[in-house]
Amino acid sequence: MGVEQKLGNMGVVTLNLEQTVNWARTNSMWPMLFGLACCAIEMMAAQASNYDVSRFGMELMRASPRQSDLMIVAGRVSRKMAPVLRRLYDQMPDPKWVLSMGDCASCTGVFNNYALVQGVDEVVPVDVYVAGCPPRPEALIHGIITLHEKVRGEGLKTWTATR
Amino acid sequence: MNESFEPVVNALTQRLGAEASEFRGEVTLMIAPEKIVDACRILRDEFGFEMLIAATGVDYWPETKPRFNVIYLIYSFTHNLNLNLHVPLDGNAPHLPTVEGIYPNANWYEREMWDMFGLRFDGHSDLRRILMPADWEGHPLRKDYPLGYEEVQFSFNYKEVDSKKPYAKD
Repeated sequence: MGVEQKLGNMGVVTLNLEQTVNWARTNSMWPMLFGLACCAIEMMAAQASNYDVSRFGMELMRASPRQSDLMIVAGRVSRKMAPVLRRLYDQMPDPKWVLSMGDCASCTGVFNNYALVQGVDEVVPVDVYVAGCPPRPEALIHGIITLHEKVRGEGLKTWTATR
Repeated sequence: MNESFEPVVNALTQRLGAEASEFRGEVTLMIAPEKIVDACRILRDEFGFEMLIAATGVDYWPETKPRFNVIYLIYSFTHNLNLNLHVPLDGNAPHLPTVEGIYPNANWYEREMWDMFGLRFDGHSDLRRILMPADWEGHPLRKDYPLGYEEVQFSFNYKEVDSKKPYAKD
């Protein structure tokens, strides 16, 4: 007569705290609702039913940086937008990650000129770069899974030290 | 030339010394900068050109006289006519009067021309930059403005370019 009878053969899983926390972080990573250019269309497609990014616990695009964990930089960042982007990043609570989606955000692609920031890693630290112009939703989801792998390898307190 | 243009063109050539030309049915009038306000007023009040559709500029650098052309595209709902007004400007501190008093939507077009070409509009109510950041230096659509090209990173010069790249530190 104990809890094991109520639960059937479920058994017990032992984890250390770090793995538990990382499991929680990867399975409810909320991206920020923040589209800058045409990559945002593919980001929306990844959200919609065909690709359904909610399989990874990411169905909530938060319109506020204070409620989001992941910033998907979807599009080219102009020099006028860069301070805004940095401020949004600063307003996100720790731990937070940045995914640079597409060629423009990663290295400005074909736009090598005065108006755009030459890669968003000049403004915010980037965890995962996704190539493509724009990347298909599969590529974005692959980037997200890559980020999940990275998060699983992070320590509780070493979140900033891993970058 | 389409005959409905004739009274307009005749009035502006005789009263303001404009030069008319036509290309594939589009009529263009070259007007001196100091007469652009009078021209717009005559067009709006006497010939029914109610709407300024677009105003933009061209830089013909390295030509200096005239270096810039300011182009107003004006439309008449009453007669269904389009008219181009070209205003030539010299390269040294170019300025011309604003047509904001006649077509209020010229406000933002003129701010854009100030931002992109550095053309001063005398009498403009709010001549600030509209597209570039407020502290930007220079006027990017001028032909002598540098592109701001950065060195492209390939596999053979990866480390060299990477060492100069300003990464964000957290």
